[in-house]
Amino acid sequence: MERIPILKIGDLLLVTIQLDMHDQLVMDLQKDITNMVRTTEAKGVILDISGLDMVDSFIGRMLGTIAAMTAVMDAHTFVVGMQPAVAITIVELGLPLGGVHTALNVEKAIERLRAWGKIEAESDDEAHEGD
Amino acid sequence: MIDIVPVAVEEDLVRVRQKVRQWAATYALSTLKTVKMQTAASELARNILVYAGTGTVFFSAIDGPRREFQIIFEDQGPGIADIEQALQDGYTTGSGMGIGLPGTKRLVDHFEIVSAPGQGTRVIIAMRI
Repeated sequence: MERIPILKIGDLLLVTIQLDMHDQLVMDLQKDITNMVRTTEAKGVILDISGLDMVDSFIGRMLGTIAAMTAVMDAHTFVVGMQPAVAITIVELGLPLGGVHTALNVEKAIERLRAWGKIEAESDDEAHEGD
Repeated sequence: MIDIVPVAVEEDLVRVRQKVRQWAATYALSTLKTVKMQTAASELARNILVYAGTGTVFFSAIDGPRREFQIIFEDQGPGIADIEQALQDGYTTGSGMGIGLPGTKRLVDHFEIVSAPGQGTRVIIAMRI
């Protein structure tokens, strides 16, 4: 069955949405993310929607629901990578995206989560790489 | 040329959005206009599913004072008694958030709706090419 993959990276879950999602895929993703937050005890969820060339009210509502569900499970959800044309369109459409944290890209979302102490600061391993 | 996409199941919404992308590419619509048309079409096709169950979407290009990419959404559902009310922000009878019609209207260059109780609904949207 078609599923959107959820990658676990430390305390983070990274979801990259690349395809035009039909409703069932959206509902499955919602369920999969909340299940993953529970089993992995993730503290942050990053939804990369740079591959989405449209966000309608259904998908918008899904983003809000995921943010609300993960929030009560002590995980912050960030929506990142929204295309400018999509941002303009959802504002004109009047889509309420309140309660959803947004960041320009994955890196900036991670920075914010670190600043909030939700995920650990960068480990030394990476810095010493190539020593 | 005209394209016809029947709407009866959720997956059809994806087909409607794909068709918008194809047409927009054919007429070299800007990215913003393409996203707006796709979003408007997605909302209106969903309205068919939610309120009427089944319906049909027609894609065409029309020549007027200016050339327009036009999409018509037609269903034989219950129809709308008070169109003025349905076009107000925040109004809904379904499970939506009430941004469907008024929100969609804001996205396109041309918006027209014909409906009456028991007569079904026809919504026409168009974007200048």
